[in-house]
Amino acid sequence: MLDLIWLVIAVPLVSSGILLLAGRRANAWGHWLGVAASASTFVVGFGAFLQMLGMAGEERSHAVHLYSWIPGGDLQLDAGLLVDPLSLTFVLLVSFVGTLIHVYSVAYMEHDPNRRIFFSYLNLFVAAMLLLVLADSYLLLFVGWEGVGLASYLLIGFWNHKPAYATAAKKAFVVNRIGDIGLILAMGLMLASFGGVDFATVADGVSGASTATLTATGLALLLAACGKSAQFPLQSWLGDAMAGPTPVSALIHAATMVTAGVYLIVRSAPVFEGAPDAQLVVAAVGALTLIMGALIGMAKDDIKKALAASTMSQIGYMMLAAGLGPIGYAFAIFHLVTHGFFKAGMFLGAGSVMHGMNDQVDMRRFGALRAAMVTTWVTFGLGWLAILGVPPFSGFWSKDKIIEAAFVGEGVQPWILGGAALVGAGLTAFYMSRLFFMTFHGKARWTDDQHPHESPALMTVPMIILAVGSAFLGLFLAVGDRFAHWLEPVTGHAEHHDPVMPIWLIMTLTLALVALGVWEAWRRYGAADVPTEAPDVSLATVAARNDFFQDSVNRGVFERPGTHLTRTLVYADAAVIDRAVNGGAQGWPKTGEAVRRAQSGQVRSYAATMVVGLVIVVLIVVLGGL
Amino acid sequence: MDPINFVILACVLFAIGAAAVLVRRNAIIAFMGVELMLNAANLALVAFSRIHGQVDGQVMAFFVMVVAAAEVVVGLAIIIAVFRARQTISLDEPAELKG
Amino acid sequence: MVDTVIFWVIAAITVIPAFSLIFARKAVYVAMSIVLVMVGLAAAYITLDAPFLGVVQIVVYTGAVMMLFLFVLMLVGVDRREDMKETLTGQRWIALFGAGGLGAFLIAMVARVSLPVAEEPLVGEPDVIAGVLFERYVLVMEVLGFLLITAAVGALVLTHVPRLKPRKTQLEVQRDRVRVGADPVNKVFPGVYARHNALDVPALDPQGEPIEQSVSRVLKVRNQTQEGAHFRARLDDPSRAGGSDAEHSGRGLSDPERLDPDRLDPDRPDPEGSDREEGR
Repeated sequence: MLDLIWLVIAVPLVSSGILLLAGRRANAWGHWLGVAASASTFVVGFGAFLQMLGMAGEERSHAVHLYSWIPGGDLQLDAGLLVDPLSLTFVLLVSFVGTLIHVYSVAYMEHDPNRRIFFSYLNLFVAAMLLLVLADSYLLLFVGWEGVGLASYLLIGFWNHKPAYATAAKKAFVVNRIGDIGLILAMGLMLASFGGVDFATVADGVSGASTATLTATGLALLLAACGKSAQFPLQSWLGDAMAGPTPVSALIHAATMVTAGVYLIVRSAPVFEGAPDAQLVVAAVGALTLIMGALIGMAKDDIKKALAASTMSQIGYMMLAAGLGPIGYAFAIFHLVTHGFFKAGMFLGAGSVMHGMNDQVDMRRFGALRAAMVTTWVTFGLGWLAILGVPPFSGFWSKDKIIEAAFVGEGVQPWILGGAALVGAGLTAFYMSRLFFMTFHGKARWTDDQHPHESPALMTVPMIILAVGSAFLGLFLAVGDRFAHWLEPVTGHAEHHDPVMPIWLIMTLTLALVALGVWEAWRRYGAADVPTEAPDVSLATVAARNDFFQDSVNRGVFERPGTHLTRTLVYADAAVIDRAVNGGAQGWPKTGEAVRRAQSGQVRSYAATMVVGLVIVVLIVVLGGL
Repeated sequence: MDPINFVILACVLFAIGAAAVLVRRNAIIAFMGVELMLNAANLALVAFSRIHGQVDGQVMAFFVMVVAAAEVVVGLAIIIAVFRARQTISLDEPAELKG
Repeated sequence: MVDTVIFWVIAAITVIPAFSLIFARKAVYVAMSIVLVMVGLAAAYITLDAPFLGVVQIVVYTGAVMMLFLFVLMLVGVDRREDMKETLTGQRWIALFGAGGLGAFLIAMVARVSLPVAEEPLVGEPDVIAGVLFERYVLVMEVLGFLLITAAVGALVLTHVPRLKPRKTQLEVQRDRVRVGADPVNKVFPGVYARHNALDVPALDPQGEPIEQSVSRVLKVRNQTQEGAHFRARLDDPSRAGGSDAEHSGRGLSDPERLDPDRLDPDRPDPEGSDREEGR
């Protein structure tokens, strides 16, 4: 099964091609082909997983050499796949959640005339994402990286007849390109200093490389991760990316693709091990983003955008963990997996709500949906409890570990990082509870034409499965540190360090903050009336509503100066370079004009010139002979 | 008599021919100047042939004569064609090459 | 001693006529001078143990090339006298210093050389030349053969005038002459019949008046014609003396109107043709 792992990339890719090329005649069965392709990846992935479980810990790394990709003299780049616990974890997550969302989409996109194309893009995404996580080199990873970027672009702009959606897709694409520059830079640095871009070569070369090189490489990788995972300062695209169909938001912009940045950091652990400064920056970026995302989430009234902000915030947790080094890697991935389940479940729940509410996304128009949508309410509620970190649900096992790990260290660092993580937990509790209560509790604030109803089984069954995962997966994986042991061959064994505060205190504080957040949210949005129009409140809320003016900042800091720089360059090009070149070109006609006078047209003058030239030649010969 | 004297004579004839090409406006006379220059070169070839005691120089002169004959044929044909078109054989008349 | 004399004679008959290239006004004189130069060069070749080449020089240059030059000269007009005024600024000075300097430098270079002269040279007899020509240089000779053929064809192409219209028949020529009012018949031959048959004497018409058109235009330009009136018919018939005769006598050669060169141009259609017709 391990040698057949290439199938998980090939099958959805072929399926995607078939769906695109088959045309309208595939409309009837195309979506089921997409579901089958996605499901088959899970079957293959699960087979590989079972096979790997049977191996000893040290053997759990299987390289599949595909072919020699770029045989360029000294530069030999091969295309190969690397199957190890980390990549298999992703394969299972992507294929399992992906398959559920495929099934969900069958119903969700039922009335869309382009459903077949949608499934083609989804399959393309699955193939690219699996290539990303299975690649054994940064270069092949980059192919998958760009592939998921393409799929993301296509799916955000799936309803591109609306200009705003097309713009959102373009924005995501452009911001992702900025991140890609980081990855390309990192690969260039690796080629220059390690002589290769595959993970093994990089891991071997780290010991001989200077700290400065490793720091530069690490920061470049961080830039790439920030672009893909919507971390500060490249976070601006994720909110707009909610323009895509909700299953896309669930799969790509919550569960899988946006976590690729975390994967990249964890995969690049050898580089970051040698560059503590870069590691610290990673943790700092994670901490900053988790607070920022939480604050934005508190202010948003659009249910999908609030969830998107929550995603940013949760990925901030993962980045924070990944930036802590070996003690955090396993928890980062652990939280990634649990988050993949509960966030996908909640997005699907949001989709279900929108489905029943005429595509309304304003939470101020929801309320009291608990009775109308029982299944959605229950599944969403389980996701809500999971993300809050309430024991024994999944989020508790992963997030609490990250908070504990953030408090490990010396000096002021654990207090800042740990404090951020702790506060973030409280904020998370508040905004998620706000979202939950505004949607499902309180009084109904529906518009007249809305008649909420439960979604069909094709939609609710995936939600139920994900809800079960949200509830119990964390417990299952956390018992006896199963997940950490599973990942140990990749992340290395972490020495146990005691946090600066006792663990029981951290846990108590966390739960207290969470309880406080939930109580505050209930007081404001569950028990009290929620106005249907957003009230004018403090400056901070306005700022958070506007994503901390990220677009204005980008426009002012990057776009305007960039435009002016470009204009200046264009002007300089015209004024200096063009003028020099054109001036030089105009010099030739003038030279020709001057030389033209020598051409009298008189044959005898030409003869005279020849004779004089001959005399000079003879003179030179005579004088040379003397 | 040293044959090198004939070479000097050839130089004199060459210079006269060149001067004729430069000063005469009549195309035929200028052309005869060219012929004289060719013959001066022939004389030098033959003189050197005598100095070396070999006949190769003479053969070269022979070849020069052949080429000169061909040149005369074409050159005079051109002069006639120009005369037909312009009713003149002055070298100063055709000045189309003036830049 | 004899050699020296021969050299100086050859130098004289080559250099002195060669100067005609620069100074002679008439192209024919130049051509004839160059013929002399070529003969002198032929003599020089024979002196230099190249008898075959000397003969070829005479045959090719004096016999063919220079005669070709003469033919062309006749085609374009033998009697043109060239205006020796220089039109290009400084051309003469350039020519003087250019050609003179070239000659001087060449002579200076040659004079500094002293080569041992072969004691028993190979004489350029025809069989010797042929041996070298057809053994060592046979390929060059073949190539030169192509060159000559190409040159001959080229000359044909250059001088060929394509006929764009069909040739006029005699009938058409005659009709054209009548249409423009020119003389419908042949021009009168010169010479006063029964008294004088020279080309420079105009013919007399039946009234005894001289016909100026009968004399060649060239002779008139050169003022080589005889006074036509001198040969005028003297008819003592009194009936002829009066009337129309007096009118005709007034139109004799002495009449300045009759000497108008335009009238003498035979190719020019006479606008007063009818008047003259009547006069006859």
